[in-house]
Amino acid sequence: MYDKIFLPKKITLPNGKIVSEKRTRIPFVIALILISVIVSIEITGFDMELLMDRWDEFFVIIGQMTPPTWEYLPHLWGPLLDTIKMSLLGSLLGAIAAVPAAVLASSNITRNKLIAGISKFLLSILRTLPTLVSALIATFIFGLGTLAGTVAIFLFTLAYVGKLLYEQIENVNMGAFEAIESMGLTKIQAFRYAIVPQILPNYLSTSLFCFEGNVRYAAILGYVGAGGVGLLLNEGIGWRNYPNVGMILLMLIITVFIIENISEHFRKKLN
Amino acid sequence: MTAVEKRLLEEPKNLNYILTVSIILCILFIWSATTIDLEKMDSSGLMIASNIILGILNPDLNLLFDMTQSGVAYLLIETIAIAFLGTIIGSLLAVPLAFLSASNIVPVPIAYMTKILLIAIRTVPAIVYGLMFIRVTGTGPFAGVLTMSLTSIGMLSKLYVDAIEDLDISVLESMSSIGCTTFEKIRYGIVPQLFAMFLSIMIYRFDMNLRDAAVLGLVGAGGIGAPLIFAMNSYRWQEVGSILIGLVILILIVDVVSNKLRTRLVRG
Repeated sequence: MYDKIFLPKKITLPNGKIVSEKRTRIPFVIALILISVIVSIEITGFDMELLMDRWDEFFVIIGQMTPPTWEYLPHLWGPLLDTIKMSLLGSLLGAIAAVPAAVLASSNITRNKLIAGISKFLLSILRTLPTLVSALIATFIFGLGTLAGTVAIFLFTLAYVGKLLYEQIENVNMGAFEAIESMGLTKIQAFRYAIVPQILPNYLSTSLFCFEGNVRYAAILGYVGAGGVGLLLNEGIGWRNYPNVGMILLMLIITVFIIENISEHFRKKLN
Repeated sequence: MTAVEKRLLEEPKNLNYILTVSIILCILFIWSATTIDLEKMDSSGLMIASNIILGILNPDLNLLFDMTQSGVAYLLIETIAIAFLGTIIGSLLAVPLAFLSASNIVPVPIAYMTKILLIAIRTVPAIVYGLMFIRVTGTGPFAGVLTMSLTSIGMLSKLYVDAIEDLDISVLESMSSIGCTTFEKIRYGIVPQLFAMFLSIMIYRFDMNLRDAAVLGLVGAGGIGAPLIFAMNSYRWQEVGSILIGLVILILIVDVVSNKLRTRLVRG
C-alpha cells in the first residue's frame, strides 16, 4: 500500500540494470506518532504550565513521608506477612494449575484443535484482566480479605505461567515424545520422560519471576479491600498520615528487594 | 554393565537437594495457607458471581456504543491516550537514567546508585504515585499521564540497560580505525543497534501501561477504572459487563498488534 503511493526510488547500476529501493517509512511513522501525541495531549488535558507551576507539590508528600514513623513498624509485620503469604500461596497454586492448562492449550500434545484453541483463548482473557480488577471482582464474590487477593493472584499466575509454558511445550523437540509413545508407553508417561525435562528449568524460572512480580501487585490489592499491606496504605493515605505511608513504602521496598534478590539467585542457578 | 546402565549411573544424583527444596516449599505452602479465612465467604458471593456472569452475557449495549464522554468507547480512548503519552514521556526520561546505570559507560559507584534509585521507583505502587500527582494536577487524566511516565521509568531503564550492556563494541572499534568522529560513531554505530531494541521495549511497556492505566481510575486519575468501580459498588452488573468486555477486547487487540510489531522489529 505504502509503496504504491510513494514509488520506490530507481537506481541505474553502471551495468545498466535498474534496481528499486523502497522508500523509507520513517517519516510516515514519525508523523503517525506525532499525531497520536497531539491527540493524546488534547484528550488528557496535558498542561506543561500547570506542571511547571506546581511540580513541587509532588515532593511535599515525599517531604512529609520523611522521617517515617518507626513506632508504626510493629503494626506492619502482620499485614506485610499477609501480603507475602497471599502472593506465595497464589503463585504456588497458580503455577501448579498452569501445568494442566498449558498441556490442554498446546496444540502438539492436545491434538484436538478446538480444545487447544478454547484453552488458549481463556488463558489470554484471564491475562488481560488487570490484577486489581480481578481482585475487585473477587472481593465481591469471596468477601473482603486475603482470600480475594489470593484468588486474584492465583488467576493472574495461572494465565501468565500458563501462556509461557504452552509456548515452550509447543517449541520442544517432539522426537523423544514420539519415540517413547511408539515404545508403547502412555501419553502421560511420555510427557513425563520426554517433555518435562525439557521445560522444567524454564517453568520454575518463570514461576519464580511471576512470584516476584506478584509480591509487588499484592501490596496494592488491599486498596480494593483484598487484604494485606495495601489496606494500611489506603488507610494512611485516606487519613493523610504520610509518615506512616512512608514507613509502609520503605518496608515494601526492602521486602521486594530481598525477594527479588533471592529469586534472581535461584533463577540464575536454573539457567 | 551395558552402555545404557553406565550412562544412567552417571546421572547427577541430586535427590537430596530436590527433597529439601520440596520440603521447604511444602512448609511455605502450609505457612501461607494459614492466612486464608473462609469464614468471610457467604452465600451472597455465589449470587454476585452469577450476577456478574449474567451482566457480562447481557452487557449494557447503549453504554458500550455510546460515543459521548461517559461512554465506554470514549473512556477506552482516554485510557489509551493516558498509556500512550505516559509511555512516550517515560521512555524519553528513561534514556539518560539507563546510560547512567550502565556499568560499561559510567563508573561503578554511580551505576550502583542509579540502580538503587530505579528499584525504589519501580517498587512504589502506581496507585501511590497517582495519589501524589493528583495533588499536583487535580483529579483527571493528566495525573494519570504523569503517573504512567514515572512508573514506566523503572522497568524501561532496566531493560534499556540490558540492551546497552549488550552493545557490540567491535563495530565502534572498526569505525574509529577508519577515522570516524565521535558523532558519526554514535549516529552509525550505536543508534542503529539500540533503536530497534528500545522501540520494541517501548511497545512492550505500552502494553503493560494500558493495563495499569485501566486501574488508575480507581484513585481518580482518569481512564476507565473509575466508572468500573462506581458501577460495581452500586451493583449495576450490566454496566460492569460492558466495561469489562470493552477493556478485554481493547487489551487483546493491543496485545496482538504489539506482538506483531515487536517480532517485525526484532527480525529487522
